[in-house]
Amino acid sequence: MTEKQKKDLLRIAFAATLFCTGFVWGDTSLRLPLFIGAYVVAGYDTVIEAVMGIVNRQFLDENFLMTIASLGAIYCGDYPEAVAVMLFYKVGEFFEHYAVNNSRKSISDLMDIKAEFATKIIITPVGTDTKEPPILIEAKVEPEDLEAGDLILIRPGEKVPVDGIIVDGISSLNTAALTGESVPREVTAGDEITSGTINLTGVLQVKVLKPFEDSTVAKVLDLVENASSRKAHVEAFITRFARYYTPVVVGLAVLLAVIPPLAGMGEFSDWLYRAMIFLVISCPCALVISVPLSLFAGIGSASREGILVKGSNYLEALANVNTFAFDKTGTLTHGTFTVTDVVPAKGIESQKLLEIAANAESLSNHPIARSIVDYSGTVSSGQTMLNRNALERYEEIAGKGISCIYKGNNVFCGNDKLMKDLYLDLPEISQVGSVVHVAMTLSSGENTYLGHIIVADTPRENSADTIRELKELGILRTIMLTGDKKEVAEAVGASLGLTGVMSELLPGDKVSAIESAMETGRQKGHLAFVGDGINDAPVLARADVGIAMGAFGSDAAIEAADVVIMADDISKLVTVTKIARKTLRICKQNVVFALIVKFVIMVLGAIGLANMWLAVFADVGVAVIAILNALRAMKI
Amino acid sequence: MKKTYKLENLDCANCAAKMETAIKKIDGVADCSISFMTQKMTIDADDEGFDDILRAAQKAITRVDRACKIK
Repeated sequence: MTEKQKKDLLRIAFAATLFCTGFVWGDTSLRLPLFIGAYVVAGYDTVIEAVMGIVNRQFLDENFLMTIASLGAIYCGDYPEAVAVMLFYKVGEFFEHYAVNNSRKSISDLMDIKAEFATKIIITPVGTDTKEPPILIEAKVEPEDLEAGDLILIRPGEKVPVDGIIVDGISSLNTAALTGESVPREVTAGDEITSGTINLTGVLQVKVLKPFEDSTVAKVLDLVENASSRKAHVEAFITRFARYYTPVVVGLAVLLAVIPPLAGMGEFSDWLYRAMIFLVISCPCALVISVPLSLFAGIGSASREGILVKGSNYLEALANVNTFAFDKTGTLTHGTFTVTDVVPAKGIESQKLLEIAANAESLSNHPIARSIVDYSGTVSSGQTMLNRNALERYEEIAGKGISCIYKGNNVFCGNDKLMKDLYLDLPEISQVGSVVHVAMTLSSGENTYLGHIIVADTPRENSADTIRELKELGILRTIMLTGDKKEVAEAVGASLGLTGVMSELLPGDKVSAIESAMETGRQKGHLAFVGDGINDAPVLARADVGIAMGAFGSDAAIEAADVVIMADDISKLVTVTKIARKTLRICKQNVVFALIVKFVIMVLGAIGLANMWLAVFADVGVAVIAILNALRAMKI
Repeated sequence: MKKTYKLENLDCANCAAKMETAIKKIDGVADCSISFMTQKMTIDADDEGFDDILRAAQKAITRVDRACKIK
């Protein structure tokens, strides 16, 4: 609680005591002075602000409305009501500030990723004698004061202050605050480390790569802090609504106070009392505060999961998404090649086939070749299959494969074209992926086919589950965009349970593919595109919501996307969709609830069935309930 | 030029909305957004006379809430 809040609380308590005393005192001469005292203690500043508001030509602000309503009640002789209006208005205001400050604080605690200090190592050479080791001095500095090239020391338990590269030391890093991933990352000399992570086990000596303002932590904080400046439609709607709501209700109040008495329908003071009920209800506060508070809480709860939402508007759009379009490579799939099958020809052992292929490919840097070599290391139980000495006359045949001599035999590894050159017949291949054929020239000079190895970019283990869960959330279309051949793409699409596949796209085609997908689904909802954010920036920008995944450590991705999933984890899509929907649901609940209560009490008030107490509830009570409801958005 | 400022003593959400509307009407202001939750104002205005625009913005803010200051 701040000083101001403590003071307000004391004031409220004092006024409430006076008020209650006056209430129970009964019919004595002390009653009125007690009420006046309570009114002054609770409401003196409100009255002053109301007068100042008129001076500044700001009519119809809350202070003004509350002052008029309470003065009206006094005119009608309803002193307790007059005090209650002021007192509960203050209680509501106090609670509002308290709740908002608390949620502000708890959300900024979530993003407590900035290091308080950095330990800089200053190297001072001893005189001119270079043989003597230089003196190392440690100095505590602000992270902002570090420059690229500085050396810093990070002890266990400390946060990494800026992005850098490890010069010395081994440790593990907790990245949970940034990625939501609980498994620590092992790091050692030569690894780049990201600011905002926490050093867990070892002392690290790190060379600064980027100054603080260019480091990940500064970018992430900037994003989260500025997210609420991009407002959602529901927010704009509610502020626009408030602009008309108050004058209209006040207008009705005036009519209510004037017309019925003139028409001879009863006492003026009776109708004035009813009009004052309108004034109390005309405050738009509950409506206006609950919406941004919910959105802010929603954005906060997403960032706790390692998901950065760049604006309330994107959270809102995400809640209305009915189509997810995915980039295939690196998003639905791992983005790396793995051996998925080894198929030897008749009479050949699969170990033998793999050994020949791995050796033939061992000098190549092609990702497919690397995957075969890596795979050979995993199946031979620790013993390497590679035998560099048995390899001669290695040659790469562009666009076809490799030829070499392995253990004295001519070996060919490559695609269909290479095999055709050797006049070999190939078997039918049904598996998805790239095929590496292996052939050998026998001592008789005849070429023989040894078999083939299938290498594919495999789907992530949780891709299919994620797609299924998205469908359960009511997502109508899940589409994959890929440059792959149609048959391959459709096989992958079917295995993941996608509803659509757009295949054989050149990189430049993806934007128009997204546009056509958006066109067909336009009436029902928005389209979100999920990519790695590195080479699909234009598509991310074009989609209603651009989501970059696995963006940890990639500035380009953080820049390009509307929603950034820091971890390389596709299931976070389900999490963020749920958060977005829950948040928007809460916003709508609050708006509808507040409007209905206010409307009902206004009608009851107009026909004389509601009193001032109910009106105070419609104002303060509804605000409190709406705020409590909004805070639910902080939890998933 | 787009700049972000902290607003001190920004006490009510509806006031924030009123200030935003008023500042948007100032000559030379392309856009303005006030976030009640983060107590920040982002203002996008012409470089020329930016200081004058900022003064006008403070004036508009004071009208709505006397205690609220651009920092």
